[in-house]
Amino acid sequence: MAFSAHNLSCARGELTILSALYFEVGAGQATILRGPNGSGKTTLLRVVAGLTPHASGSLDFSFDDVAYAAHSDGLKTQLTVAGNLQFWAKVYGASNITPAIEAFALGDLLDRHVMHLSAGQKRRVSLARLLITGRPYWALDEPTVSLDAEAVRWFATAVQRHLDDGGSALIATHIDLGLPEAQILDITPFRHTGSQDNPFLDEAFL
Amino acid sequence: MIALLRRDLALALRSGGGFGLALAFFLILVVLIPFGVGPEGELLSRIAPGVLWVGALLACLLSLDRIFQLDFEDGSLDLLACSPLPLEGVALIKALTHWLTTGLPLAIAAPFLGIFLNLPQDAIFWLVSSLAVGTPALSLIGAFGAALTIGLKRGGLLISLLVLPLYVPTLIFGADCVRRGAEGLAATTPLLFLAGITAGCIAALPFATAAALRANLR
Repeated sequence: MAFSAHNLSCARGELTILSALYFEVGAGQATILRGPNGSGKTTLLRVVAGLTPHASGSLDFSFDDVAYAAHSDGLKTQLTVAGNLQFWAKVYGASNITPAIEAFALGDLLDRHVMHLSAGQKRRVSLARLLITGRPYWALDEPTVSLDAEAVRWFATAVQRHLDDGGSALIATHIDLGLPEAQILDITPFRHTGSQDNPFLDEAFL
Repeated sequence: MIALLRRDLALALRSGGGFGLALAFFLILVVLIPFGVGPEGELLSRIAPGVLWVGALLACLLSLDRIFQLDFEDGSLDLLACSPLPLEGVALIKALTHWLTTGLPLAIAAPFLGIFLNLPQDAIFWLVSSLAVGTPALSLIGAFGAALTIGLKRGGLLISLLVLPLYVPTLIFGADCVRRGAEGLAATTPLLFLAGITAGCIAALPFATAAALRANLR
């Protein structure tokens, strides 16, 4: 079992956008997904997270090992920071949320309602959830959006610690996270160029 | 799953939650009907079973689109789908939360509101038990409708169209149970039919709801 996929094609709706894609992220490694807007980074990550079924190819891991973080924070604004994190801790059966709180310096915000937080603070709470899941493979979609420089460093530290513990990470981002050993995977060459399988998807209808 | 139930109940009771909306609607309807119909006790007590059940049904309908929409919009439904919780369990818990915040309060408040409509004493027991047994089916069917229309903005109208035909059997047996109770006839049979509908919904609809959610989260 490794965090890898072979000959993967991904479709968004009926439209195949990635094909013959191959990636392998070993234990303790991070791979940065690169590609212009609309190239299929989010689609690939949703396939990896098990939300979107893949059109063909094979995935060598179980979706139960993947922790996914999307564009949206997935926080309940009427609950406090602690309330949100404790909910996910119960869902994932985690007993200790202190490391997650410390990693993103959330100690002072615990009793604040999420609706009163800034966008960057919300993002930090959302990223702290990843540590709570305790899952080995992270699939992260633009995790650093609205984070300031210091919070990006906290995030990079958290990722590095995750990798040191034998985890893997697949991260779509446009900025340099400062992870020295990270590989870059540019998905532009995997863009689907052949015909669409569905005969109703003629160019004229797109 | 218990954590999800507690979180959703807490959210429903906080500001912006749906709790109280259904109850207030039911209250307003039942208070206004006597003004509209006029002070004829006999007529009121004859239409009371139907009015109370239609009111409960419409009150349930009011908050249906919130069952999944809020979680979908803030992204937590994606995260729940990735979590160790089975999506069928999430669907069941969501329907249970909806029932606890709408159907159950309605069943508890109904005897007091029955007085406004001059509902005969004998029927009150049947009113409460038919609402308690029948409204879970309304929440489960509603959750299924909500899951089907999740990606749509302002899907409320479509939910109503999808769900109302499925509500009709519950309405017929529910109102019939109360009417028989009011007339002093044996009301057990319609109550058992209601229980059957609810049991069937509990058995089948969480799976249908989860399938609809999966299709819409793609």
